[in-house]
Amino acid sequence: MKELLSGNEAIAQGAWECGVEIGVGYPGTPSTETLENLSKHDVVYCEWAPNEKVALEVAIGSAMGGARSLVTMKHVGVNVAADPLMSVCNAGVNGGLVLLCADDPSIFSSQNEQDSRNYAAFARVPMLEPADSSEAHEFIQRAFDISEQFDTPAMLRESMRIAHTKTLVETCDTANKPGLKPFEPTPSKYVMVPANARARRLAADERTDQLIEFAETTDLNRVEMRGNEIGIICSGACYQHVREALPDASTFKLGMSWPLPPKKLAEFAAAVDHVYVVEEACDYFAVHVSALGIKLDVPPCGSLPQAGELTPALVKAAFGVEAPAHVAPAENLPIRFPSLCAGCPHRLVFTTLRDMHAVVTGDIGCYTLGASAPLNAVHSTIDMGASLSMAHGMELAKVPERTGHPVVGVIGDSTFAHSGITSLLGTVYNGGAGTLCVLDNRTTAMTGCQGNPCNGVTLTEQVRGMNPLDVPAGKPLNIENLCRALGVEDVVSVNSQDLKAVRKALKDAVKASDRLFVIVFHSPCRLIDRHREQVPTITDCRACGRCINLGCPAIGKDEDGRAVIDETQCIGCDQCVQTCPFGCIAKDGE
Amino acid sequence: MAENTMNTTTVLLVGVGGQGTILAGDVLAKTAAASGYDVKLSEIHGMSQRGGSVSTVVRFGSHVSSMICDEGCADVVVSFEALEALRAQQYLKKDTGSLFVNDETIVPVSVAIGLGTMPEAAEVEAQLEALNAVRIPAGEIAREAGSPKSTNVVLIGALSTVLPFEENVWRDVIAKRVPPKTIEANLAAFEAGRAAARK
Repeated sequence: MKELLSGNEAIAQGAWECGVEIGVGYPGTPSTETLENLSKHDVVYCEWAPNEKVALEVAIGSAMGGARSLVTMKHVGVNVAADPLMSVCNAGVNGGLVLLCADDPSIFSSQNEQDSRNYAAFARVPMLEPADSSEAHEFIQRAFDISEQFDTPAMLRESMRIAHTKTLVETCDTANKPGLKPFEPTPSKYVMVPANARARRLAADERTDQLIEFAETTDLNRVEMRGNEIGIICSGACYQHVREALPDASTFKLGMSWPLPPKKLAEFAAAVDHVYVVEEACDYFAVHVSALGIKLDVPPCGSLPQAGELTPALVKAAFGVEAPAHVAPAENLPIRFPSLCAGCPHRLVFTTLRDMHAVVTGDIGCYTLGASAPLNAVHSTIDMGASLSMAHGMELAKVPERTGHPVVGVIGDSTFAHSGITSLLGTVYNGGAGTLCVLDNRTTAMTGCQGNPCNGVTLTEQVRGMNPLDVPAGKPLNIENLCRALGVEDVVSVNSQDLKAVRKALKDAVKASDRLFVIVFHSPCRLIDRHREQVPTITDCRACGRCINLGCPAIGKDEDGRAVIDETQCIGCDQCVQTCPFGCIAKDGE
Repeated sequence: MAENTMNTTTVLLVGVGGQGTILAGDVLAKTAAASGYDVKLSEIHGMSQRGGSVSTVVRFGSHVSSMICDEGCADVVVSFEALEALRAQQYLKKDTGSLFVNDETIVPVSVAIGLGTMPEAAEVEAQLEALNAVRIPAGEIAREAGSPKSTNVVLIGALSTVLPFEENVWRDVIAKRVPPKTIEANLAAFEAGRAAARK
């Protein structure tokens, strides 16, 4: 049957068809929907792990136990999983093990645009790179075959444009299940003490030689000769842009981006007058193809950009192909940046921190938007968990004493479970002081409201429709109890929709500058709690701008600067009612 | 240009997060596929969904390569909001591209907080006029059809008048894609959108 599937849906479909037994991952744009779709198949067991390192370790275990296992994450997640990756690459597998990493060139929803192909080369594990959903569906199955044939974990890399582009896929409605492989203890293969690790390193080198031979002959790598003048080496979405921009150019389409096939590439280079690499946000091919002794040319009209995703227009520009005429972009349009939703439970925490002139070390999630105007409340966002550990570092550098501004670390519930717990432990262990906030909105909101250890919703429950608000008491993680168990004495719980309580908790915490305070703010994300209350009305507005500075998408201004509520967007959360210093915003009858 | 790009049609759907561009793109892509074309639909998820500008690209033809719409390459732009139509104007094929605009303006948060100013309504009118935009009061039409949430399907109806797909294929895809209880209202919205575009 032909279906229109995104790259992520196609990978899930292919994984099911080739008998994957176990799927593990951590949500991260643009990888998230892969595991959600795989989990819809009752015969495949899938779970969210607290972080990517745990996810990969679970999958290493299930693969060692004989089950075909898929582990999914976004590109920066591979950094977290790099520790097990760099050793399991030598140990190898029993059942197939494939790591899906979804890269984000142009940084649509990430902190950086690192290229995961470097990890494949670093770990010396084979990497396949599909160029559309049809290939994604095929390559995931080929990756499992390669993993088992060569006794190695394999990686599948997709960029956002592959993950989130729907193309036609010929799917199969039956799964071909190889079943579980027997587990026989082989400590020499899996116990990475030096003597074994040295032997496995040599085994991995032998395997690399075999993989290079495989790369020379596999149909995953495809030479398409069209003319002798220009030859282009490319992969993934960039291949599609090259076909669009330079339809007459010969192409070497690498479906396997590590290891490269030296002989086949040299033959291609010899067959054309000029050979180029076309890749985005990285010089991976440029470095590795050059290292094979192949001389690469610079495009006739200048190099391709080093940063950001490629487009057909950028390829055309580098190769001197005329771009179509178009009207100039409009000037002076007001920008439309993303903002916290109407009624978002994070908002009052950030307006309070802003008004306190706190130095805020932030983290990864919706609440990164606390950095946007008019909140402007966040001073750093580096990686998952960094909010809490960086706040400790700022304390060590005596920033509060030197600037007169309190330092406050702010992290969300899912991110706290991901990497914040160890950060907090480090501060407690070393006798650190300061104020740390956990914003518990009962879900992993930014990536589409996933389950996590804090809300207690498993992936199986999530894809079958369980709302985190319906989880029975006792199942969700009790964040306060965990913090106390770690050794934090001052732990308070606050309703994040109650402005007075938010202000009091933050003021009390920063006043006690020699102690470590953890404030856990609770109130559900308005994407999982959809209830609406009465819309307030505004009378005698003094145009002071306080409610405007909430940055609520439901509040605008009229020509005289007075606040106006957009009734279609307002959900009646009362944040503006509490914020107005003159009591001008109120609900009828209150 | 080689054949494979000559006969590719590119439709760009733009709007504000939450306006229903994703469903509209899905209906278009499925209609193209059901009509026997190769098709690619590219969406951007994540950060941009929280009230930011959003865009979906659908390209179809005998064989589609890139999933990206470059400047000057869109045969049709459908904008769910007036400012977003101007923000996307450079993507239209010069002189031959069609632009459908929902007659609605959503003021960005940046305006209220003083980081931007709204262009004058007359100025927006004039710019849309210069682009030969077809204005569709899609929100009003949807409300009249008894289904305020089907604004996106009204716009799909308008779009359908310039694309080479059979009306019954569109209707079949819409009926399968929307919640069962809303099929009738959505098909009425689709018809109303077609009628509005032909005025």
